[in-house]
Amino acid sequence: MDNFIEFISFQNPTLQIIAIGIFFLSVSSAMVGCFSFLRKQSLIGDAVAHGVLPGICLSFLLFENKNIYVLLWGASLTAWLSIATIQFVYSRSKIDKDTSMGIILSVFFGFGIVLLTIIQGKSASAQAGLDKFIFGKAASMIDTDVITIVIISLLVIATIILLYKNLVIVSFDENFAKTIGLKVELFKFILTMMTVLVIVIGIQSVGIVLISALLITPPVTARFWTNKLSLMIFIACIFSILSGFGGTYISYTYENMPTGPWIVVFMSIFAFISFAVAPKKGFISKLYRDFLNRRKIEDENILKTMYALMEDSTNNNTNNATYSLKNILKKRNQNPIKARNTINRLCNQGFISKNNINENLELTPQGLEKGKRITRLHRLWELYLTKNLHLTPSHVHEDAETIEHIITPELEERIIKELGYPTTDPHNKNIP
Amino acid sequence: MIDFWIILIACLVSCCCSLLGCFLILRKTAMLTDAISHAVLPGIVIMFLLSGSKNSFLMILGASLIGLLTTFLIEFLSQRAKVQADASIGVVFTFLFSVGIILVTVFADQVDLDQDCILYGEILYVPLDMINIFGNWQIPKSFFIFVPLLVYIILFIKGFYKQLLITTFDNQFATTIGISATFWHYALMTNVSITTVASFESVGAILVIALFVVPPASAYLLIKDFKKMLFLSCLIGIIDCILGYYFSYIFNCSTAGAIATVAGIIFMIILLFTIYQEKLYNLLNINQLQTPTSSID
Repeated sequence: MDNFIEFISFQNPTLQIIAIGIFFLSVSSAMVGCFSFLRKQSLIGDAVAHGVLPGICLSFLLFENKNIYVLLWGASLTAWLSIATIQFVYSRSKIDKDTSMGIILSVFFGFGIVLLTIIQGKSASAQAGLDKFIFGKAASMIDTDVITIVIISLLVIATIILLYKNLVIVSFDENFAKTIGLKVELFKFILTMMTVLVIVIGIQSVGIVLISALLITPPVTARFWTNKLSLMIFIACIFSILSGFGGTYISYTYENMPTGPWIVVFMSIFAFISFAVAPKKGFISKLYRDFLNRRKIEDENILKTMYALMEDSTNNNTNNATYSLKNILKKRNQNPIKARNTINRLCNQGFISKNNINENLELTPQGLEKGKRITRLHRLWELYLTKNLHLTPSHVHEDAETIEHIITPELEERIIKELGYPTTDPHNKNIP
Repeated sequence: MIDFWIILIACLVSCCCSLLGCFLILRKTAMLTDAISHAVLPGIVIMFLLSGSKNSFLMILGASLIGLLTTFLIEFLSQRAKVQADASIGVVFTFLFSVGIILVTVFADQVDLDQDCILYGEILYVPLDMINIFGNWQIPKSFFIFVPLLVYIILFIKGFYKQLLITTFDNQFATTIGISATFWHYALMTNVSITTVASFESVGAILVIALFVVPPASAYLLIKDFKKMLFLSCLIGIIDCILGYYFSYIFNCSTAGAIATVAGIIFMIILLFTIYQEKLYNLLNINQLQTPTSSID
């Protein structure tokens, strides 16, 4: 707990620096990630991240210098080269985009490993500093690293805010962007360059293998909560910052704990939770909606069956308006336990009244109205299918069984009009 | 003799990968394979902790389970949660790989796996682990892993060639004639995870993707007949391994990295050749080749 308070208060100067770095990194990567997500290019980030390694090693070999700026230039160059090569491969041959990414990603990374081991061979101490790029070590960030991160992040954030409208149009609909005269290629290039920059500043703290999560996971998480892009970017940033601090906290508190993997674990947990509980798009709310839907269908089927039984008795002149559960089950084959539950529910809602002595059931006026409507919709749809789609009457029942629960009053009116106010359905039954 | 064993093991690994890879690249699941090769890490670590040794049967079992889990999670996210396919791949594999790395760190003193090993394997250590057979015959232990694995994969492909081929090329047709596309998808992915785990020690979790994808893609550029493509990709894989080994010998660098690099260079040469070839034919006005349709705006 002491650790936590110490962490939260950010009294430790080293921690302050790291926290600033993580904050800006989280914001810029989440923002850029939202755009790659929109363009359905999430995995490009993964490929770019792997393409960074040879650049870092090459610039180290050439300049014998671990200065972050020198390394960044090399990294950006090969990262950009990897994207260009991926596009070249899949646009100029029959190889698809996925395979092309797999090829370039592994080959660039393999070449990076070759260079890394060559550096290692030259002197063991030299390689020590480069190792951190693969798995990331936020704790090793120093002032100059953080200043670089802040400058580049601000640049990226400013670009996105200034060009927001254009970037959105290009990401959503390239063809439309072209017709209104936007320079699509330029904006695509800007988006790519921003991806490259964010990855390059991020690898030091999160590492090559996992940096793509910073770009992919927060937008996916945010997407569950909203349909609005600006809000989505905001939510993605929040989740990203929370995970960034969470990961930093763990690696600050426990010795030897890697920062990157913990940041990613936090992000993924947020994603899975959002997937479960988010309103509207979440899994639980979807299940609940399905459940309500199924219940509605069960209700309506019972009411419809009772209405049909009533019709039968009118035809037979028995004028019997009460039925037992047995009658209902006989008319429409279904699970008796479920049917009993449904009937009890309908009694409580006031659609059915139950005789307390012999347990016979009767439709209340409300129930009658509802049963009548479902039957009407069923028969109208059957008629519509036979008349307008020329299906044989024997084939239309199944379809009507499902659609009768969905048709809205407006649609009902249009069908009636379309069919010219009909009175009988294809099976010569009255349309009530 | 040591060189011979290293090259032989590399070739065996690459043949296993190439054979499966031919199906993978035609199914456009290269990135899913990449995801699985990362995601098996926690499975390896957990099984290692449970059994206390590498290369056990448990390891293969754990890998298959994790491979299935990965495939299932990705499908679940993209089908149920309606997340874009590539984003769901990205979410799942980064999560599982992170868990793997954390486990490696936490149990660092109990698990004989370090981060370098995860990255690029230790194929040079293959000859250190020899078994004596028939008195003075010394054969590396991994030989007895990869030969059965290769035989198994060949039998798998030969035995279910029809099903694999149909589900690869026409999912809907497969479903109509009663072949479950989902089942064969999962079966293939299970074999991918088994191969990944088996090759883990020698080439590492990340570079194994190079062996899965690059040789088959090179063969795919050169040939149309699928059966020939299987053989050609193995051949290219073997050439990659031999050249890669000598490359790493000369420059004194990681063998797995060098194999990936050589594979990439060979792929680029073949790619440029095919592009150049089309241009050449177009230049000479030979009508045999269709004009490329990609230039339609």
